[in-house]
Amino acid sequence: MAAVSGLVRRPLREVTVRDAINQGMDEELERDEKVFLLGEEVAQYDGAYKAGLRPICEFMTFNFSMQAIDQVINSAAKTYYMSGGLQPVPIVFRGPNGASAGVAAQHSQCFAAWYGHCPGLKVVSPWNSEDAKGLIKSAIRDNNPVVVLENELMYGVPFEFPPEAQSKDFLIPIGKAKIERQGTHITVVSHSRPVGHCLEAAAVLSKEGVECEVINMRTIRPMDMETIEASVMKTNHLVTVEGGWPQFGVGAEICARIMEGPAFNFLDAPAVRVTGADVPMPYAKILEDNSIPQVKDIIFAIKKTLNI
Amino acid sequence: MRKMLAAVSRVLSGASQKPRHGLATLPSLVSISRLKQSSHLGLPKCWDYSHSLKTRQASRVLVASRNFANDATFEIKKCDLHRLEEGPPVTTVLTREDGLKYYRMMQTVRRMELKADQLYKQKIIRGFCHLCDGQEACCVGLEAGINPTDHLITAYRAHGFTFTRGLSVREILAELTGRKGGCAKGKGGSMHMYAKNFYGGNGIVGAQVPLGAGIALACKYNGKDEVCLTLYGDGAANQGQIFEAYNMAALWKLPCIFICENNRYGMGTSVERAAASTDYYKRGDFIPGLRVRTPVVGPGPRPRPRVDGMDILCVREATRFAAAYCRSGKGPILMELQTYRYHGHSMSDPGVSYRTREEIQEVRSKSDPIMLLKDRMVNSNLASVEELKEIDVEVRKEIEDAAQFATADPEPPLEELGYHIYSSDPPFEVRGANQWIKFKSVS
Repeated sequence: MAAVSGLVRRPLREVTVRDAINQGMDEELERDEKVFLLGEEVAQYDGAYKAGLRPICEFMTFNFSMQAIDQVINSAAKTYYMSGGLQPVPIVFRGPNGASAGVAAQHSQCFAAWYGHCPGLKVVSPWNSEDAKGLIKSAIRDNNPVVVLENELMYGVPFEFPPEAQSKDFLIPIGKAKIERQGTHITVVSHSRPVGHCLEAAAVLSKEGVECEVINMRTIRPMDMETIEASVMKTNHLVTVEGGWPQFGVGAEICARIMEGPAFNFLDAPAVRVTGADVPMPYAKILEDNSIPQVKDIIFAIKKTLNI
Repeated sequence: MRKMLAAVSRVLSGASQKPRHGLATLPSLVSISRLKQSSHLGLPKCWDYSHSLKTRQASRVLVASRNFANDATFEIKKCDLHRLEEGPPVTTVLTREDGLKYYRMMQTVRRMELKADQLYKQKIIRGFCHLCDGQEACCVGLEAGINPTDHLITAYRAHGFTFTRGLSVREILAELTGRKGGCAKGKGGSMHMYAKNFYGGNGIVGAQVPLGAGIALACKYNGKDEVCLTLYGDGAANQGQIFEAYNMAALWKLPCIFICENNRYGMGTSVERAAASTDYYKRGDFIPGLRVRTPVVGPGPRPRPRVDGMDILCVREATRFAAAYCRSGKGPILMELQTYRYHGHSMSDPGVSYRTREEIQEVRSKSDPIMLLKDRMVNSNLASVEELKEIDVEVRKEIEDAAQFATADPEPPLEELGYHIYSSDPPFEVRGANQWIKFKSVS
């Protein structure tokens, strides 16, 4: 009987990314009364900012964060350092990042590279519901300024929620990547929505006998290079995939660090980056579709790298 | 009357005619002499009706038998003033010609926005779509108070201004549908349309205000007596960069008319919940301001929709006053237009979770800007109901034709994805999604 009960699977719920984020925030709001929300068009809040509180500041999209970016960098990111360790800034900045659908140039920019550039900030980029809940909770509990780059097109997507994710203390550590799919031929590293595209590409290539190891970065800063390096040392090939622009991007940083570390000598081919096109996001659908990395671009890059 | 009949004979000799009821017919539009002038004065395309005049069927309006007034004088409400001794006049003369022009323009904006609503629901327009139906008196009234050589910049609720500043409905709708015939070749979309002396169309709330002050600086620098209308909404009015722009404009006496288009709701937040002071015309502090008022109509639960800025003649007079003030070198001025939008903030907002349907209905039935103008014109014998209906029919056709074009025109070619990154530069290569995908960039 004990053996049988061990075989009974606990039911897996499907939860959308949006609900996962809300769940995470609700739980943290309940757990700690110092946590509160502010932003445009969020539920009404009361009171002035008091020292010792833990705000969750929502940006309608990160494009608007540029209007407040001085505060994010100069008042949040650098303060603990400038004060010699006296003044922590336990704040979370969250909101949708990157391309949506048809929202044109001023509303489609990816800020992973911009925020990832700054010491003093932590930057996370969830892909699925589990990521979303675990990372927002870790971000809220972290005593440092954390930028949570969500994705509007992922909000409505449901994912299976493993039982441990249903716990009120489910946390995903900041600074740790996850291997979403094991593989042997090539390492494919990505963050946010493109992780899904990488998994699709991997499924297609698997039928051709190519097994991709897909890594979901989960955190942009501090980057988990150990996981990436270990994978590259196993597969000898690397492709990075991101929605942002190529110059000075997340992929560029990964490539530079690979060269600085032990994994460089294990590469059988140069690393390749798949990115957004180097243009302001156009509106017309055909142009927009070709300005973001598609599954076919990822497959192409993988095959080129593997020389097949 | 004799002059008009002389004009009739010039029309009939040119246009095809199908006399009805045995009486001579006459297009119910502006006179020929004005039309001939329009192409020379470089007036915006939307004001040149010679094309429609030549091709339209004979009007069913029996103007020859009706004696319209050439103009009429109307009383308009006094504006609230801030740091101003005098305001715009409280009476104004509306000519028949102008009245018909304004009516047609407002009706065109109205129907264009409603067509955009339809196309959006059919998913032929994507992304953002912020409609301005209800606010037609603002875009048409402002244009009526300035010259085509003046400048205008606004935020994202820009389709009406794009039209009044001279682009055709075709180009606007084709831009909304993302086709190559769009005014930005399909690359900009709803919030990024530009025309001569019209600087968009700006997606980031409030960012256009410092830009507008800059355009005013250029006006002053160039010394051509031009002014810049810098628009923003009640939502943007609380932004810091607005106040920085006020300071610089006042310090350097820039010919900038700051215009707050107060439609009472910044997205879903009412003005009372967003602003410590809702007297937006006073927020410039050291900058003189005026608030455009019309009689507040109807009883109702508080807060009532205040419908100032729904009267196109008020808006026009206030704009003329403000433009004269700026042109005289006295520096910037601030104008608040209290208006109302029927749609929600954008097409993703039903617009009824933060305001009641009764409120929307009340404004529609008592203060609709097109209705207000129509009643005035009909009651003062400036036009007949039939004649205005005729204009409605023509406008509908124009919009239908434009929508057809906007739906049938092809998308921009993929080869041009990289075009227009830089201006005046030799062509260069642009990276696509990976290092093997290249696009050419041409200025």
